[in-house]
Amino acid sequence: MSSLRDLYQEVIFDHNRNPRNRGSLEQANRFAEGVNPLCGDHLRLYMLVDDEGVIRDVAFQGQGCAISTASASIMTETLKGKTEEEAHRCFKRFHAMVTGEGDGADMGKLEVLAGVRQYPTRVKCATLAWHTAEAALRQKHERVTTE
Amino acid sequence: MSSRFEPTPAEAPTEYHVERLRSDFPVLHQEVHGRPLVYLDNAASAQKPEAVIEAVHHYYRHDHANVHRGVHTLSERATAAFEGAREKMRRFLNARSIREIVFVRGTTEAINLVAQSYGRNRLAGEDEILITEMEHHSNIVPWQLLAGQTGARLSVVPFDDAGVLDLAQYRRLLERAPTIVALTHVSNALGTVNPIAEMVALARAAGAVVLVDGAQAAPHLGIDVQAIDCDFYALSAHKMYGPTGIGVLYGREALLEAMPPYQGGGEMIKSVSFEQNVYADLPHKFEAGTPHIAGAVGLGAAIDYVSDTGLDRIARHEHDLLDYATQALAAVDGVHLIGTAPEKAGIVSFTLEGVHPHDIATVLDHEGIAVRAGHHCAMPVMRHFGVAATVRASLGLYNTRAEIDALVTAIDAVKRMFA
Repeated sequence: MSSLRDLYQEVIFDHNRNPRNRGSLEQANRFAEGVNPLCGDHLRLYMLVDDEGVIRDVAFQGQGCAISTASASIMTETLKGKTEEEAHRCFKRFHAMVTGEGDGADMGKLEVLAGVRQYPTRVKCATLAWHTAEAALRQKHERVTTE
Repeated sequence: MSSRFEPTPAEAPTEYHVERLRSDFPVLHQEVHGRPLVYLDNAASAQKPEAVIEAVHHYYRHDHANVHRGVHTLSERATAAFEGAREKMRRFLNARSIREIVFVRGTTEAINLVAQSYGRNRLAGEDEILITEMEHHSNIVPWQLLAGQTGARLSVVPFDDAGVLDLAQYRRLLERAPTIVALTHVSNALGTVNPIAEMVALARAAGAVVLVDGAQAAPHLGIDVQAIDCDFYALSAHKMYGPTGIGVLYGREALLEAMPPYQGGGEMIKSVSFEQNVYADLPHKFEAGTPHIAGAVGLGAAIDYVSDTGLDRIARHEHDLLDYATQALAAVDGVHLIGTAPEKAGIVSFTLEGVHPHDIATVLDHEGIAVRAGHHCAMPVMRHFGVAATVRASLGLYNTRAEIDALVTAIDAVKRMFA
């Protein structure tokens, strides 16, 4: 079960049980919805971005597996205070880490999701929140899907 | 000498030697993540016995050529093998004639064939197509496409919270005289066995042409298309221990005769000129192009295997196992069974409080247990129960009580892990 524990680390369970920044955001000026048709996960993402392009607040709602919920929770913590450009770079590096194309070094608490790389079918669970955040920042109001 | 009180040899065939049957399936004898494989994803696709693998292998090594064309020996052998499989399927379904047995890629293609070839020329804006809430997407989407093409309306028979179709509502919807009624024999997401002969009789009395989706029924129930009296019956070989990429559409001969071809090409044509074509006789009119000959050969071997084992004995074994699994899972705190109809076959669908089905399936996989997690291509069923997904354990002729015990033990491990 060792590699299973690589996937399901304690931090993941913690964020799954007590997701941070869960709920809606009344003053949000960015919004997007994401779906993962494979497992039925559904996520709504709210952001408040200021005039300088800095993400001031992030919140999410939705149902998902532990990986998807924890990833969304950790992402909201990570994105607060970042510029849109920084957020985009962060997503690129995160994506590379979970697909095994990057090492994920110096990614802080996002590194707990590195175990996903051994589970190709679960990569979409980990990236759903990020795809949705990208869509919100592009101010596209259509639903994004991981398919 | 045995005493007269001991079982006579005549009773011996009722015994079911599951271990002996398991030894016929090479894929079962392996470890996954260091644990013996427990394969409980049979509703998605069943494993193949040595006899099927060997039949395909033997065909390619010794008999392969194109069918229905060559005068040479190999072509004659390939044709005999291909048409022999058709006759085996005719017997398996108790169809009247091999003219009623059309080889297709699978259930999905069979339904699309009927929707397009039968439905497209007959339906118009006033007409109705009646399906049920428990259909697989493959028995929904082809009819939606047809409705879009013709302007016909799609109506849906609901089911109750146990997963039993509302027959009173079915009768009411039949009063609107639908042109086509398309019903699943066994639900892939719930395991419900529908009272298919009764439902077909009601639909035909209302003047409808009836298609039955038999993808999940074929591996579990003996099918007699004359007793069911349906107009079309669709199934896939790979769910009944045969190869992927081949299935069968049974169609009432008079209907098939009157239908235009589904696809054009070689095999389906008698003579071609640029002015007028003469189509081939049934069933070849619907089999354009070189068919999946090896697939048909493998399907024939699968029919032999299932018939030799005895579908009634397989059904008894699976029914016993389904009862055992249902009781064992229902006893697990936090487990909710999805689909509790009195008549079921081969499938236990469930959710576990506080743990997403996808997480459950990943943890079970680490215990060597293969189950399906998701919407099972039956999103309306998921919507009915207000869930995004379920875990589905589906049984085959080779599953055992010990495997169900392993599943329950692993679910306890999931609960501890996510507590």
